[in-house]
Amino acid sequence: MTIQSSASAENIIQTAQSLRWEVGANFHEKLMESIYTDAARIAERAITRPGEKPRFDFDRTLDRIVTSRVWGFPIMVLLLMVVFWLTISGANVPSSMLAALFLDTIHPFLKNLAANIGMPWWLDGLLIDGMYLAMAWVISVMLPPMAIFFPLFTLLEDFGYLPRVAFNLDNMFRKAGAHGKQALSMTMGFGCNAAGVVATRIIDSPRERLIAIITNNFALCNGRWPTQILIATLFIGVLAPAHFAGLVSATAVVGIALLGILLTFLTSSFLSKTWLKGEVSTFSLELPPYRPPRIWQTIYTSVIDRTLIVLWRAVVFAIPAGAVIWLIANITITDTSIAEHLINFLNPFGLLLGLNGVILVAYIVAIPANEIVIPTVLMLTVLVTGATGVGEGAGVMFELESSTETLSLLQTGGWTLLTAVNLMLFSLLHNPCSTTIYTIYKETGSARWTLVAALAPVLMGFTVTFFVAQIWRLIEGLL
Amino acid sequence: MTTNVNVPSEACSTCPIHNAAALKKLGVDMANFDFVVALSGNPNTGKSTVFNALTGLRQHTGNWPGKTVTRAEGGFEYADHKFKLVDLPGTYSLLAASLDEEVARDFILFGQPDVTIVVVDATRLERNLNLVLQVLEITNRVVVALNMMDEARRHGIRIDVRRLARDLGAPVVPTVARQGEGVPELLQAISEVANGDTIGRPYHVKYDSPELQKAVTHLTAKVEAAFPDLPNARWVALRLLDGDERVAEALRKGELGDLTHGSLEQRAAQLQVVGNQ
Repeated sequence: MTIQSSASAENIIQTAQSLRWEVGANFHEKLMESIYTDAARIAERAITRPGEKPRFDFDRTLDRIVTSRVWGFPIMVLLLMVVFWLTISGANVPSSMLAALFLDTIHPFLKNLAANIGMPWWLDGLLIDGMYLAMAWVISVMLPPMAIFFPLFTLLEDFGYLPRVAFNLDNMFRKAGAHGKQALSMTMGFGCNAAGVVATRIIDSPRERLIAIITNNFALCNGRWPTQILIATLFIGVLAPAHFAGLVSATAVVGIALLGILLTFLTSSFLSKTWLKGEVSTFSLELPPYRPPRIWQTIYTSVIDRTLIVLWRAVVFAIPAGAVIWLIANITITDTSIAEHLINFLNPFGLLLGLNGVILVAYIVAIPANEIVIPTVLMLTVLVTGATGVGEGAGVMFELESSTETLSLLQTGGWTLLTAVNLMLFSLLHNPCSTTIYTIYKETGSARWTLVAALAPVLMGFTVTFFVAQIWRLIEGLL
Repeated sequence: MTTNVNVPSEACSTCPIHNAAALKKLGVDMANFDFVVALSGNPNTGKSTVFNALTGLRQHTGNWPGKTVTRAEGGFEYADHKFKLVDLPGTYSLLAASLDEEVARDFILFGQPDVTIVVVDATRLERNLNLVLQVLEITNRVVVALNMMDEARRHGIRIDVRRLARDLGAPVVPTVARQGEGVPELLQAISEVANGDTIGRPYHVKYDSPELQKAVTHLTAKVEAAFPDLPNARWVALRLLDGDERVAEALRKGELGDLTHGSLEQRAAQLQVVGNQ
């Protein structure tokens, strides 16, 4: 580029500025108006509507029902319940089949193989009991529910239901001082928070976008669904008669998800009244026509696109985490393993929150991926209680044969209904996984806001579980 | 599937059906491409569905506006040329008010694709044409994919495609991307524009206000004098009049001028730069 052309560029820009004054203040409006007028004229010339006749409009009728003031919300909650109920009740059988394959068949085979080739115990432990079992656990626990949940969710999406959800929630987001499109990024967050954070790009105002990014973590991501589902099944489902158990567990999980939505509104409202004050921007949301979902294509893409990619991510993170868990459980300092040191150190704080040291350590280990919280909890519980007859030894991840066994193991570890409820709450309210934190940093470009987005939920989690624990114990004391 | 249609090799080679048999979906393989094709359009018009139909990739599609906020890329081979296809975020305009609009606008402007496909919802033609007109201001290498023709037919809307193409000054191809209908014709149109066999004479918006018209003419002349190779001097003038800082910045740095000269390799590098922003 020559100096001359840069000089003439400056000259052109200055001319433009002075010309703008001559044209007048409403230049932009005139510009848009001209485009609209021409578009309308060209469209008019090209379109013919032979004998327009009023007809029964399926879309309008359906929209009137699913976005109605009265029925909009109940229908939304009901659809969510049905999706989770199908996921919870449908995932059990394939989950235990996968577990039988990975843990009862392949694991002993690998152990035998290692023994036969004379592998040293520590290498065998690290590779097979640490890394392999972590991977096997994640696959058998996560694959079946995801393979059911994602296609169902995608079918709803393909049909055109998501914009109606946004429409229903729009008014509430506006009242909270946030952008209505946050409903869409939040819905994405139910799949994956990192994806939800990227989806906030549809929001034009930086203020509202920041609110959407910070609160996205309150949408339960699929790494946390398994924790919710398992704990609800074990501790809350059993409170009901057997044939209602699935329904009761599903209700508990939906309850936590709705609490997340409520906290999204409260936090958004708080932020828009304090540090992120400003006008609410208006936008027009298009309700696209309902389309018959293409069932096979949807199942195919949601399995390939979402299920396997999410699973792959979980596996990638679970393998090193499995190694870490095995190592901290097997390396000892003054006759006690590092894991036990950590657990004992965090236990008093955990108990104050109605949780325990094991859960807190599990959440530290699971920062890269929420998916491995439950396997880590089980493994560490065995280590601490010294329970015999379950699992394969220190630092070995495993799956128990039946849910009753898991329940009794956790109860030996001092778990109560309070622990379960608070774990579900803490699973909703804690820091986002490292991928999401990194995505937040990339999207906001600000270390300060990233820190806020990472720490605020943990602090809220501590506060909420603390108060729940205190009140719970107070009531228990009175009874 | 249109790709498997068995056509006698003696069939007229200009017939799109004939060449569709030669469509090779390359998925993520985008090495050594000859042409860059951008895919733009309003939100929820089926851009990602068109993308999948051309590349054979299975990018997730969803029935809600704002699904694609970043760019997706894929490749296909047609009539002995390799094409790199870039799926841009769906936008209603190119005025770069939000991040997704900026991504789309910057790519069409600085990435200088050989062809820009504008996917249009046939049932909402009037509103969709706003974007088409804005794209036509930037580039004359445009193909309009008139998508969702099945829905338009269901609603009793008839569109005179030839008249629309004549009015816009760009090829218009009716499609039903979900069913693969019109994809061979679309490929043919893309290939013709890329090779320069079809040269668009894009419609330019008429600005009724006399003082506006005068300002535009005056400034366009100045831009043309300083950057004779610029294909879209009038659009640049309009953006400058509207106080668009990004375009002013590009003009100062010479980004607008340089790009029109670069070789394919340089442009590939430039695409990379735009992509990383």
